Amino acid sequence: MTTRIVELRRGILKKNDELAAGLRDRYMGAGVLVLNLVSSPGTGKTAFLERTLTELRASGARVAALVGDLETDNDARRLAASGAPVRQINTHGICHLDADMITRHLDGWELADLDYLFIENVGNLVCPSSYDLGEKIRVALLSVTEGEDKPLKYPTLFNSADAAVITKIDIAVPCGFDRDLALKNINEIRPGIRIFETSAKTGAGMEEWLRYLAEERGKRGN
Amino acid sequence: MHELSIVASIVDTVTESVAAYPGARVQEVHLRVGALASVVVESLEFCWGIATEGTSLEGSKLVVKTLPVVMHCATCGDVELEGVQSFRCPTCGEPCSDQRQGRELEIESIEIEDGQEAA
Repeated sequence: MTTRIVELRRGILKKNDELAAGLRDRYMGAGVLVLNLVSSPGTGKTAFLERTLTELRASGARVAALVGDLETDNDARRLAASGAPVRQINTHGICHLDADMITRHLDGWELADLDYLFIENVGNLVCPSSYDLGEKIRVALLSVTEGEDKPLKYPTLFNSADAAVITKIDIAVPCGFDRDLALKNINEIRPGIRIFETSAKTGAGMEEWLRYLAEERGKRGN
Repeated sequence: MHELSIVASIVDTVTESVAAYPGARVQEVHLRVGALASVVVESLEFCWGIATEGTSLEGSKLVVKTLPVVMHCATCGDVELEGVQSFRCPTCGEPCSDQRQGRELEIESIEIEDGQEAA
């Protein structure tokens, strides 16, 4: 009997990473800008996305959304009111979306007919950060009700984000939200990240957000 | 929260790899886990016992090497961060966004006791 070491050097999430790479190629080939929205439950991802879809459609853009939840199709029904094609992904207990779920739920959609595809992840600030969905832009959302130190508490997610969105700024004052501290904390974890301060209710900050989307969409290599 | 599914995926990969060594018993499985990999090492170890029960890996040990975050500072070069609370160069204090290490989640190697020579 001899003991020996066998080198493997194998990524544990290799299967997901390979599927995500395939998705990224598909998105690029189709010229659709794909965003993955991640936050805690209750941050207002759905309300923010409803408004985004509605305004993009009004401007003539072709949009669609996939929305993940453990159970129910409530969010898909809310988002579908915008008139955009929407599909619900029920994970039945799984705490994140993975590239395989996305691949299966895109079946039958012609990506080349879309300008933007939004993926609303399961409300969770931990697990979704490990799973690449092939997106071009990962958006971390934070509401004014959650506490300014959320980026410090969940650095893996905020550090992997390409853009940050602060939601519900219409109630920032009654919540005692310390804007400067929140911005400082986000920048501490992800220096230089684009930050949008928004309210889906009043529409504050939406114009800048939509301008950003159009700029990103206009860049080559989406 | 997703540690059990990660562990299940490790079990699959190791079981597949060890098939090339008939009769071999896996003693240890060595992982490299970055500080930003979003997994809790204690939870991986806890799940390991459950996931390997009744499999050929039962009784094996999970050995986890954690890797600190390494950022590239334009002035100071590659620098290691002490934690994950501030992404500034610990030497000059400049913010860093060019990450070189910290998201690893991989099986580095396995230690096996040979039953016979590799096929």
